[in-house]
Amino acid sequence: MVPLSWYLMLAAFLFSCGLYGALARRNAIAMLMGIELMLNAANINLVAFWRHGVGPMEDLTGQAFAVLIIGLAAAEAAVGLALIIAVYRERRTIDVDELDLLSG
Amino acid sequence: MQLPLGIEVPIPTFEQFVFIQVALLTAVAGLAVVISRNLFHSALALTLTFFGVAGVYVFLEAEFLAVSQVLVYVGAIAMLIAFAIMLTRSMMYGRTSPLNNQWGKSSLFAFLFFIGLLAFARATPWPAAGEEVVADEALIGALGREFVTTYVIAFEVLGLLLLLALVGAVMLARDR
Repeated sequence: MVPLSWYLMLAAFLFSCGLYGALARRNAIAMLMGIELMLNAANINLVAFWRHGVGPMEDLTGQAFAVLIIGLAAAEAAVGLALIIAVYRERRTIDVDELDLLSG
Repeated sequence: MQLPLGIEVPIPTFEQFVFIQVALLTAVAGLAVVISRNLFHSALALTLTFFGVAGVYVFLEAEFLAVSQVLVYVGAIAMLIAFAIMLTRSMMYGRTSPLNNQWGKSSLFAFLFFIGLLAFARATPWPAAGEEVVADEALIGALGREFVTTYVIAFEVLGLLLLLALVGAVMLARDR
């Protein structure tokens, strides 16, 4: 049996990678990839806590939550990438440092 | 098992050994996503990470989630990202750094965050695994029943959200 803390450590590492990617990359698609990593890390935690919680056969909340998050991530990726393509069409760049129309 | 510095390491069981392999693959691929300079390599590493996370779900005896992970993430999201990379043809290969000017602060913050989470995960006395899951169709059937009874509102709202998001995505990305 794999202990719960191992899953948590893997999820923590993936989340930190995603956080770094979302904060430090200049390309908008790379930022989106970082966000996907963070969503996956959160999902690992949810399912791990479901498996190690009380009565995983009776209470399926953790798994149901994870399924909903997967669906949400699909919607998020579709809208995000559509926005990126629209911005690219308008400005010919997706470097988030150059997209400063709204900065004062 | 005795390590050179006198550190006592418990011998992993076979399941733990395989989990370590999968977790290492996932972690290395996840790191490659954020440090690779070539955006397309990042996308490929992201696909590998999605596969690794699906493997982790198999270890957690959530087979339905593992299959959904491969279907949705590898089949749809990785494809979308690959197409977006090809459509935008980002001119960032090698010429300039793929990182913005706050990468130092970001890496420090992410590293400290990781250390904090790690300390938390190790220090908290988590309960041992609960009862054995009878890993067969019964669990998937129960999950399906939950979605049309307890979580029916969340399920319907998610369906509506997905529909609206996809219609909106088409509207946004369409050539005017």
